[in-house]
Amino acid sequence: MKDEIKIETGREFELVGIRADMHIDKNYASQSFWKDVVVRFTRNKGSVFGMMMILLILILAIVGPTMNGYTYDNVNLDHQNLAPRVKWLSHFSIFDGAEKGVDRYAALGLSDTYYWFGTDTLGRDLWTRTWEGTRISLFIAFVAVVIDMVIGVSYGLVSGYFGGAVDSFMQRIVEILNGIPTLITVTLLMLVMEPGLKSIILALMLTGWIGMSRVARAQVLKLKEQEYVLAARTLGIGHIDLIAKEILPNIFGQLITMSMFSIPSAIFSEAFLSFVGLGVPTPMASLGSLINDGYKSFLTHPYMLVFPTVVLALLMLSFNLMADGLRDAFDPKMQEL
Amino acid sequence: MSRYILKRLILAVLTLLVIVFVLFLMLQYMPGSPFNDEKLNAEQVAALKSKYGLDQPVYIRFFKYVSHMVRGDFGLSYNIQKNVPISSMIRGRLPVSIRLGAQAVLLGTLLGLVLGVMAALWHNTFVDTLCTIVSVVGVSVPSFVFAFFLLYNLGFKAGLFPILYKVTLPVSSTVLPTLALSMFPLAQIARFSRTEMLEVLGSDYMLFAESKGLTSFRLHAVHALRNVLIPIITVLAPLIVSLMTGSMVIEKIFSVPGVGSLLVTAIQSNDYNVVVSLTFIYCVMYIGIMLVVDMLYGVIDPRIRLTKENSHEG
Repeated sequence: MKDEIKIETGREFELVGIRADMHIDKNYASQSFWKDVVVRFTRNKGSVFGMMMILLILILAIVGPTMNGYTYDNVNLDHQNLAPRVKWLSHFSIFDGAEKGVDRYAALGLSDTYYWFGTDTLGRDLWTRTWEGTRISLFIAFVAVVIDMVIGVSYGLVSGYFGGAVDSFMQRIVEILNGIPTLITVTLLMLVMEPGLKSIILALMLTGWIGMSRVARAQVLKLKEQEYVLAARTLGIGHIDLIAKEILPNIFGQLITMSMFSIPSAIFSEAFLSFVGLGVPTPMASLGSLINDGYKSFLTHPYMLVFPTVVLALLMLSFNLMADGLRDAFDPKMQEL
Repeated sequence: MSRYILKRLILAVLTLLVIVFVLFLMLQYMPGSPFNDEKLNAEQVAALKSKYGLDQPVYIRFFKYVSHMVRGDFGLSYNIQKNVPISSMIRGRLPVSIRLGAQAVLLGTLLGLVLGVMAALWHNTFVDTLCTIVSVVGVSVPSFVFAFFLLYNLGFKAGLFPILYKVTLPVSSTVLPTLALSMFPLAQIARFSRTEMLEVLGSDYMLFAESKGLTSFRLHAVHALRNVLIPIITVLAPLIVSLMTGSMVIEKIFSVPGVGSLLVTAIQSNDYNVVVSLTFIYCVMYIGIMLVVDMLYGVIDPRIRLTKENSHEG
């Protein structure tokens, strides 16, 4: 920027093409693709924040339910509707167990009891229940990725690679499946089967992979005409080796990105189903069912709703941010301007 | 063009048939039939079956079922309102839902477009950052979170709008649900129109238009905006569809008397007949919207039509 070359071009035009700061970047002269991806990913503030939040939530989901000695299904009718109370924070008059100026802990004589997120209408500890519910959301996220990677990728690869009548037939099936709203499929399935995790997973297996199969197919279509694929063919490589060793590594970035994008919608599907009452059976908790429970006494005890809602929103936001960062890291050309 | 439309139509009808077939199977093999009563002997069961046409072969029953569905005869509700025809339950509710959805789409699209275009015009400024934040948050935070937020602050604390839908106040009752529902389209459209606008602004024809000496208003409002609007139509279809599912939760939260809340109630009270009928209606609307948008897009942008036709040749 220091010594820009100025070319007199008259008033209307200003040449911006020749600048002294345009040079070959010697610092980044040669790096492996993956190192490059890591550099680009960590430079993106949003995606790093997303990853940190996911890690934090993951850790809390693992250790959270065992942290305070309460269990997720232990009903204690003496401790109903207690507001959040944390030992260290109560001095600052937040999380001090008082709700609308009334400290029910004091009224019940529980001077040494601390429910960090409060208790629900049955006196169950919401901290434990929230992180138990987060476990379910994270498990659904994991399942969604596996389904994407196994069903979606293989469907897309086969459809795109073989082309012709196979592709035509497989794409018609996708179009018909895609014509049915996902939540309708899920809802119908829930009515036939018993509500619970198994049925949610089955529902995801039915329709959750369509987006991924489209991405995989499009990528294969783009790659299969390239010279290096032709070269591999000329050397007599088999179909399976060609797909697994030549094509798959080259589209892996896009596939990971796509699977990250499908996580929030899978988490939302589960939360939606639980909210409607088709999710995991009681006394198990998922974020959706906690939100549904909290919603019932929302105006009198808003904290019951706030914690699971914030965790769910943060989780979905973080996965979206991370997916955005991954997309830009794997393919800088795709980056939104 | 007609070939393209025909293909889309055939596919739409085929999809609908598959759905109706699945719904039919569900009703046929759903656990618990009205004739499970042990007091009935074989002859009585046979008489009942012939009365309801259940002694006929499956394919004839299927065709009857299809013709009933197409004519809007969905049978009776079992649990919610006993023996009330479902079509009459839906008739009053459908306009409420459609109106809510339309308001949300209109508001979201309009605000999103303004935000996205402004972000592109003032690229890398405060407005741009705001647009990015709004679009990321709006896309990833579920609509019911916004609903709770609005309900608590504007409805409960400030008391500006009714918390629950009141039939006597049809306008102000829909304000909060509309706002909650419109966040997702707003975010999507803002993000999309920003990218599109930036692309258009950097294009050669904009440079040419500028060099012709057009006023800034004409340049942006006519030349740029038009080209931004075309691709936005493609995102509208999935948006409207996502609103349909979003409205189920929102309608439940605000107890709006629409089809979404009816579906939730039907699911919770195991009223299979209502669930199946509403599913059918949702699918018809979904497929219809997809079809219209696809055709609209084909009409507006010939390039898409051609590439689609070519890819269909496969």
